[in-house]
Amino acid sequence: MISLIVILPFLSALLMALVYLSNTELKRYTFYTTLGIGVPAISTLLSFIAGFELLNGGATIHYTLFEWINVGDFNISLAFMADRLSVVMVSFITLIGTLIHIYAAGYMKDDPAYGKFFSYFNLFMGSMLLLVLADNPIMMFVGWELVGLSSYLLIGFYHTESSNVKAANKAFILNRVGDFGFIMAISLLFVSLEGTGFTFDSIEANISQINHGVLTLIGVLLFVGAMGKSAQIPLYVWLPDAMAGPTPVSALIHAATMVTAGVYMVARYSFLYIEIPDIGLFIATIGAASALFAAIIASYQSDIKKILAYSTMSQLGYMFIAVGLGAYSSGIFHVFTHAFFKALLFMGAGAVIIALHHEQNIFKMGGLKRDLRLVYITMFIATLAISGIPPFAGFFSKDAILVTAFATEHYFIWGVGSLTAMLTAFYMFRLLFSVFHAKPKSELEVHSVPTSMTYPLVLLAFGSATAGFLGVNEAYGGSSWFNSFLALPDITLHLSHSTEYMLGGLNVVLGLLGMGLAYKMFAHDSKEAESNTMFKKLAINKFFIDEIYEFIIVKPLLLLSNLIAKVIDPRIFDGFINFNVWGYTVSAKLFSKLQNGKVRFYALYILVGVSAMSLYLLFKLEALS
Amino acid sequence: MTPDMFFLLASLLFSIGLVGLISRRNLFILYMSIELMLSSINLLLATFSKVLGDPSGSVIALLMIAVIAAEAALFLAMIIHLYRNNRTVDSDNFIELREDKVND
Repeated sequence: MISLIVILPFLSALLMALVYLSNTELKRYTFYTTLGIGVPAISTLLSFIAGFELLNGGATIHYTLFEWINVGDFNISLAFMADRLSVVMVSFITLIGTLIHIYAAGYMKDDPAYGKFFSYFNLFMGSMLLLVLADNPIMMFVGWELVGLSSYLLIGFYHTESSNVKAANKAFILNRVGDFGFIMAISLLFVSLEGTGFTFDSIEANISQINHGVLTLIGVLLFVGAMGKSAQIPLYVWLPDAMAGPTPVSALIHAATMVTAGVYMVARYSFLYIEIPDIGLFIATIGAASALFAAIIASYQSDIKKILAYSTMSQLGYMFIAVGLGAYSSGIFHVFTHAFFKALLFMGAGAVIIALHHEQNIFKMGGLKRDLRLVYITMFIATLAISGIPPFAGFFSKDAILVTAFATEHYFIWGVGSLTAMLTAFYMFRLLFSVFHAKPKSELEVHSVPTSMTYPLVLLAFGSATAGFLGVNEAYGGSSWFNSFLALPDITLHLSHSTEYMLGGLNVVLGLLGMGLAYKMFAHDSKEAESNTMFKKLAINKFFIDEIYEFIIVKPLLLLSNLIAKVIDPRIFDGFINFNVWGYTVSAKLFSKLQNGKVRFYALYILVGVSAMSLYLLFKLEALS
Repeated sequence: MTPDMFFLLASLLFSIGLVGLISRRNLFILYMSIELMLSSINLLLATFSKVLGDPSGSVIALLMIAVIAAEAALFLAMIIHLYRNNRTVDSDNFIELREDKVND
């Protein structure tokens, strides 16, 4: 049954691709919509059934589809594993994925390549499910790569514009850098396990036989992979550019699939990371740096989707703080709640963009709260949730992470996290107020938004408001149900309730502070940030990171390849071959001179040849000595 | 009389024939050079036959004289034919075997 969760999206992607290719002109709206939404819905249902099975105390579900590679010790099956962690992941991926599919049916309605889009979309979801449900690192890697591929296809979906293709390439290439780390890590893991089985279960059982140094290296390399997929410093630059794809794609990348893969992977290898807390601290530091860095950039952006992209990066930073410090469940919990409100934010942004006929600059919008009431209300809920205002989902998950940082006495990370929380509230409300409250700059013509795009928003708003209650911890009267269900090797925290109240209260105060600041600056009259100070100039230009990468990596590489293409290859390699060819031509001309057709010369050659042979024979027979 | 004299004579005849073949262009001279070389071989055969006391060498020599006679008729006929076609007996005129393209 769990194999069907993964296989069905792949099958429908294949079917839709074939049907689409058979005639690309035909619309076939009903067919693609039914299949494209139906299959994710079935997957959702199946994953809920699997989830309930585990919820009722069922054991981890294993299912082997077939044996894939079997060479000596190297024994890889196409097998799936649904333990508590993957069941949670799968459930919300399929649920939110399905909602995004429904939304996409409205968003992409008039696109001529509707069938292709849904084929890619299902492929994307299937790849992510394969990644999550994989039973061994190899299968996970296959899913990991497929996610990279389908994100590439979807980011470059509007491929007639070269900047979009460039963005897709950027995402793909940066992900390859991360993949390199991933594949090195699993190779190293396989070698050091010396053939004691290569499923997650057996790796966990035999992890102690690997020495600490190797384990550290594996941990770092795995995290390099996570950096690429989950857009952390320094491999994050693809994420803002990935906004080139259609908005449902951004929603899917940021909420349900792709970027959460890195966090999931660290949680999946939690048995490995608890052995190497130093690397965990490194991960948390990178996470904190990414969180703050992205929040600062987001505060100065004016493209609605770019703001959301940086906000995702920032929230992913939080998740890495959690998993880095050993609070794996809190990390996954934030993935879970984040999926709801980030999907909602992207879909709301998409609705606004559609309504304003593809306007993306928030400062050219304004006063939309009357025309787009439903979108406004749902986005308001999502914004409250991401800003960590109780009782919305984001408060509980973000609070759990900051409490972890505080309780493990990493005060610096905690401080950065709290500062980021304030910035988060600031830039999110900046977006909300600019779009919905501020006076419009010009008379805006508002198109109607199809209902298939608004109903998912309501469902997600409900999720954003309530998903947090699943993981309410003891201090707030809950029992951390989510964490205890996951049963990951979390660190235990010792913190009095009063301290927790204080930390939670501080978060709320910081959130409200950011909100108030945004209200003061943007609610009535929104203005784009001016680059009048040094810092603002840096932040508006995203700290020139793209330019720096261009300068230190892209330019030298281009120079090198130019050098090879224009000098080394034609001069040295071709030169060597051409020299040989020249030699043959010249010697052939010389030898052909001998062939002059005159019989006496031929007789001479015979004389020379016979003489030479005779001399040789005489010499050999030692008749001359 | 030692057989060495015969060997020397045969070698001399052969060498004269060979040098003639290489240095002269008249087809008749070439023909005569070839005949000279053949004769030297015949002489060698006869000599060895005598030295070793084996008559088969002499038999082959006699047989060869017959073959050479037939060959002479054929050769002269070919030379006449070539002369009729080209009005010359200079061997350097007959260069159809030359590699034309690369040579110029």
